[in-house]
Amino acid sequence: MSVYEVQPILEHLLEINNLTTRFYTEDGVVNAVNGISYTLDEGETLGVVGESGCGKSVHALSVMRLIPIPPGKIEAGEVLLRGKNLLKISEDEMRQVRGAQIAMIFQDPMTSLNPVLTVGYQIIEALKLHQKLNEKDARDRTAELLSLVGIPEAAQRLNDYPHQFSGGMRQRAMIAMALSCNPMILIADEPTTALDVTIQAQIIELVKQLRDKFGMAIIWITHDLGVVAGLAKRVNVMYAGFLIETGLVKMIYGNPHHPYTVGLLGSLPKIHRKRDSKLYSIHGEPPDLIGLPPGCPFAPRCSFAVERCLQENPKLEPIEADHMVACWEKERVRKVQ
Amino acid sequence: MSEQNEVILRVEHLKKYFPIRRGVFRQVVGAVKAVDDISFNVYKGETLGLVGESGCGKTTTGRTIIRLYEPTSGHVIFQGEDLAQVSGRRLRQIRRKIQMIFQDPYASLNPRLNVMNIVSEPLEIYNVANGKEKKERVAELLHMVGLNPALMNRYPHEFSGGQRQRIGLARSLALNPDLIICDEPISALDVSIQAQVINLLEELQEKLGLTYMFIAHDLSMVRHISRRVAVMYLGKIMEVTDRESLYEKPLHPYTKALLSAIPVPDPIIEEKRQRIILEGDLPSPANPPVGCNFNTRCPFAFDTCFHIDPEFLEVESGHFVACHLIKPDDKNQN
Repeated sequence: MSVYEVQPILEHLLEINNLTTRFYTEDGVVNAVNGISYTLDEGETLGVVGESGCGKSVHALSVMRLIPIPPGKIEAGEVLLRGKNLLKISEDEMRQVRGAQIAMIFQDPMTSLNPVLTVGYQIIEALKLHQKLNEKDARDRTAELLSLVGIPEAAQRLNDYPHQFSGGMRQRAMIAMALSCNPMILIADEPTTALDVTIQAQIIELVKQLRDKFGMAIIWITHDLGVVAGLAKRVNVMYAGFLIETGLVKMIYGNPHHPYTVGLLGSLPKIHRKRDSKLYSIHGEPPDLIGLPPGCPFAPRCSFAVERCLQENPKLEPIEADHMVACWEKERVRKVQ
Repeated sequence: MSEQNEVILRVEHLKKYFPIRRGVFRQVVGAVKAVDDISFNVYKGETLGLVGESGCGKTTTGRTIIRLYEPTSGHVIFQGEDLAQVSGRRLRQIRRKIQMIFQDPYASLNPRLNVMNIVSEPLEIYNVANGKEKKERVAELLHMVGLNPALMNRYPHEFSGGQRQRIGLARSLALNPDLIICDEPISALDVSIQAQVINLLEELQEKLGLTYMFIAHDLSMVRHISRRVAVMYLGKIMEVTDRESLYEKPLHPYTKALLSAIPVPDPIIEEKRQRIILEGDLPSPANPPVGCNFNTRCPFAFDTCFHIDPEFLEVESGHFVACHLIKPDDKNQN
């Protein structure tokens, strides 16, 4: 018996191994998520950042098994929720997981609420199904949840239809619905992108309070690096369906090692710093996910790229504790920083 | 920018109300006060940022200035002439000096026209160039915005969002305008592409001496590109001042809250920041509150704010604010 087997292996709340999702379309095979692996612990907030089309939403939908099949297909990998592989269980079992153990909120609260049902009905439905509450208890609990997320006169407002709510209130209602069954994990897919900044600040503040109160883990998907800086402890940076840099927020923002992360942070104007210099810009466009070239997906836009980058795709490798990066030239990037 | 003090555009008490009609006879029962009595100047060669949340009237302001909407009242004085009064041929002549680029690069280009036709359309309308000359001008414009002129026979769907925004920019430059109204030109683009477009706008401004009115909701980008910034809320301008004093010494409570709501991409700053969280939502512009428009959400609102609409006053040189709490400096009074 080796030393390693004696020690109990700490089980992560969520462990994703080599998750690969593709879409088979008429134009070709879209490589949306290309073998990403990471873990999430209890009560932890993880930010997932990247530009549109980088696979950040598809990866979340894959975890929830909400990918439309066909054209989509989860080709490989494992999604272990407390050791149970969600990709292997039956659809009936998966329905017990969705909402009850992993809940999700989406970008556009208008399209994710059913417009012909009252807001209250939609939450009551979830409570009756998952928590087996009766009508009256479910209604009381819903009013409680709605007032928890800051909707005034919640007991009356639950009879309103989604169109009677403002954008910010709809997102609050979505959060109430997501929290209704005390999930262990909340996946938030760009929940504040459609909202104004002052409303975004309200929602983020609310999520922070609720996180402290209920202790759920959060996966917060966004393209806004600023939101992640204030909310998350760890961050995953995605590009073209690959996880290219991951680690503690403080380390990655203070000391980015992937040229893409460096560029992304550099292209943001700094509101708290004087400026007048030109913005750093990454030239070119993100790659087409159909027929990705063999090398590093960022190589065609990268100013550090060497011959090897066009041939071989680098793997994620640790460079310091809790900080991994996928780049052949990471040492050179570090020196230039 | 040597001619910073020459006013190129002066907006005075501009109002744009959209009627609300009800019933069989479409009677007017009220009005959406999209733009409600705003005044500001734009100086030659500068970039004026116009910021605010959705529904605050910033886009309507831009569109009313070039008379895509008829103003309800007020004056828009461009190079000495009131755009709100002229019509017909004269309006068209002035209008070629003011161009616009739009938010959605997918909706603002005709999908049935190729790039050549899109960019040359203004040249044809004003009969500026024809035949070979027209083609050369289009090639020159495409080159200016960083697109390969060889692509001029392609259609918009063959381009990405950032490239389409460049096509829209080439079209707006075709007639050598003096003023370009940029209506959220980057908000539909990805972060790494946004920086490309902003850098291009700045380059062109330097090269061609353009004046921009930059309408946006992203305050950090507005800070980067603008020399002066106007903050709008519910159809009114709350504060106008130069970039430095707006971001370092904001006076209006709304401006303060707006600035504090912006997430900063720096975890160390974020950890220490104290946020001002505004309560509630934007009221409806069809039924704005009595008194100051911001009184429903203002943490400092007192009696007067609920009765009297604050005047838009110059409290310091070049720094205008509409708030009862902020009194002009003594030296500026009388």
